[in-house]
Amino acid sequence: MPEVTYLEALRQGLWEEMERDERVFILGEDVGAYGGAFKVTEGFQARFGAGRVIDTPISEAAIVGAAAGAAHMGMRPVCEMQFIDFISCAYDMLTNYVATARYRANLATPIVVRGPSGGYVRGGPFHSQNPEAAFLHTPGLKIVCPATARDAKGLIKSAIRDDDPVLYFEHKYLYRRIKEDLPAGEEILTPIGQARIAREGKHLSVITWSAMVFKALEAAERLSREDGLELEVLDLRSLLPMDDEAIAATVKKTNRVLIAHEDTRTGGVAGEITARINELAFEWLDAPVRRVCAHDVPLPYAPTLEDFVLPQVDDLVAASRWLARY
Amino acid sequence: MSATAPPAAPSQAVISGLTRAQLHELYYWMRLTRSLEERLVNLYRQTKVIGGLFRSLGQEADAVGSAYALDRSKGDILSPLIRNLGSMLVQGATPLEVLRQYMAKAQSPTAGRELNIHFNDLTRGFIGQISHLGDMVPVMAGVALHFKMAKQPRVGLVYVGDGAMSTGAFHEGINFAAVQRLPLVVVSENNGYAYSTPMRLQTAVKSLADRAVAYGVPGVTADGNDVLEVYQVTRTAVDRARAGEGVTLIELMTYRRKGHAEHDNQSYVPPGEIEAWERNDPIDRYVRRLTESGWASREELGEIDAKIEKELDAAIALCENEPLPDPSTALTHVYENHQIEPHWYRGLDA
Repeated sequence: MPEVTYLEALRQGLWEEMERDERVFILGEDVGAYGGAFKVTEGFQARFGAGRVIDTPISEAAIVGAAAGAAHMGMRPVCEMQFIDFISCAYDMLTNYVATARYRANLATPIVVRGPSGGYVRGGPFHSQNPEAAFLHTPGLKIVCPATARDAKGLIKSAIRDDDPVLYFEHKYLYRRIKEDLPAGEEILTPIGQARIAREGKHLSVITWSAMVFKALEAAERLSREDGLELEVLDLRSLLPMDDEAIAATVKKTNRVLIAHEDTRTGGVAGEITARINELAFEWLDAPVRRVCAHDVPLPYAPTLEDFVLPQVDDLVAASRWLARY
Repeated sequence: MSATAPPAAPSQAVISGLTRAQLHELYYWMRLTRSLEERLVNLYRQTKVIGGLFRSLGQEADAVGSAYALDRSKGDILSPLIRNLGSMLVQGATPLEVLRQYMAKAQSPTAGRELNIHFNDLTRGFIGQISHLGDMVPVMAGVALHFKMAKQPRVGLVYVGDGAMSTGAFHEGINFAAVQRLPLVVVSENNGYAYSTPMRLQTAVKSLADRAVAYGVPGVTADGNDVLEVYQVTRTAVDRARAGEGVTLIELMTYRRKGHAEHDNQSYVPPGEIEAWERNDPIDRYVRRLTESGWASREELGEIDAKIEKELDAAIALCENEPLPDPSTALTHVYENHQIEPHWYRGLDA
């Protein structure tokens, strides 16, 4: 089986959907002749033409707004944010226009907005963000955050086929670091709203997503080796809708929960998950739910500073040991 | 500029291609717009209108004349702003729908979810605005992008105003549409005020049409209170768009004679300004033009008025006492395939 990177898996998913459905088109900054800042759409314009792979002005609101208008008319646009940090420039368009369209006006808006998120790459405050919490609060949107190459492909395909707007947050740290064997002919469609158990365990659950999945797996291996602790790692994959069943199941299995995300802590998604665990499985807990997150500061550039601010494997190990002892 | 003086003389625009029946239709749509809003004022005073009421008194010509320049048989689509009720009526929205919207009835086009004229029907060719001004420009650019991609000879038209043109979304949308040479007409109603803010505090340009230069598209200014001139300039832009020549920015000079909404007492308006524009009323002007040119008789116009009153009587009688939406519908259709459930404490003893 061919070994495929996370980035190549995403490309394959986009490519297959473009081949399958002529309503699918791509618009964004430098996505055409240049192939995108990270080369996700390299070769697309040559294959599908400038009419379906559209280079836009630096206008995120226009990219999302135009995608919405075209989607109302039956198209399936995929918007690229060059870095996901720039999605905030389209915040109004996404939260006020796109997210409400079905509810208030019975207008279908099947768009995908995707782009590279995440830190650990020395990108500084404006090329490292994880904006999921800013959109989790908006009914009408869906949010997916693939961690594996298989899900990078399976979720972009499901997102394009979904009848509602989907924000697809890929992680740039994983682009070329993650490789997986993906069978060439297999149709991969990861269902939106379903979590995945990345590692079975019994002593403690780490609920996480995106690049933090791999940090959690690394911590789990170390704790297994050094402490005999078996961590269960739940990769949420979708944040909106969120897989309450999978969350409740892992809580009931291990009775101790660590929620790990790369975004800052205050107002972060971990708070929402904690509330859900309270509602779904309070009596199953043997310890308080704890969080491992970025510190509440803009993400700094210098490696020493970035490493301090972002959650590391050591943080997960230390927090897990604390929880296991509780 | 602040809208202090109406244009000195009625425009001398010569209209070709409009039949006598079409000239009467233009009158019908303008009068229907005004009469419908007058009926809504009565319902508002009876507290039957749930939210605010937004008038287009004195601006009926700009909405009706511009929408009339679209081709409904070809599937052209427009997106109105709050003072473009007339444009929606021209596209086929009915008084009954508008009344139900304002009164939040279950049978309103949005089933009580949205207010006033915020509703849409792609088949009839209108997409309701949202309250965030400027947002409909990128959206309508996307509609026009679809027309271009699908090689359909259709045109989009989007309304903005002297206020909406200050937004980033306006700039991004018209610029993108211009770059892509999309079949889009951007109509800016310059009615002098955005809520209470006069145009001189929105922009330093003298004419909103001057901003077309920045987008590399033609910009024209016309008398927004002359329905035939509005029709003509918009028709030229629509034809241009349909021929693949891209975007036109049209500035229609008009005046908002009522406040932002019915509650607004217009204390910020200089004395005499509203009265001056009353003398430039678009319907009065059009009636004079029709009758003096022999295009319509007073009797014919009277018959149209009577027909409108009858239509409105019937619509109000039909919906005035209709129920509001059932609360159980509040959680449906947020998503196509994901249902929002009522909170856990609903159903517990209170």
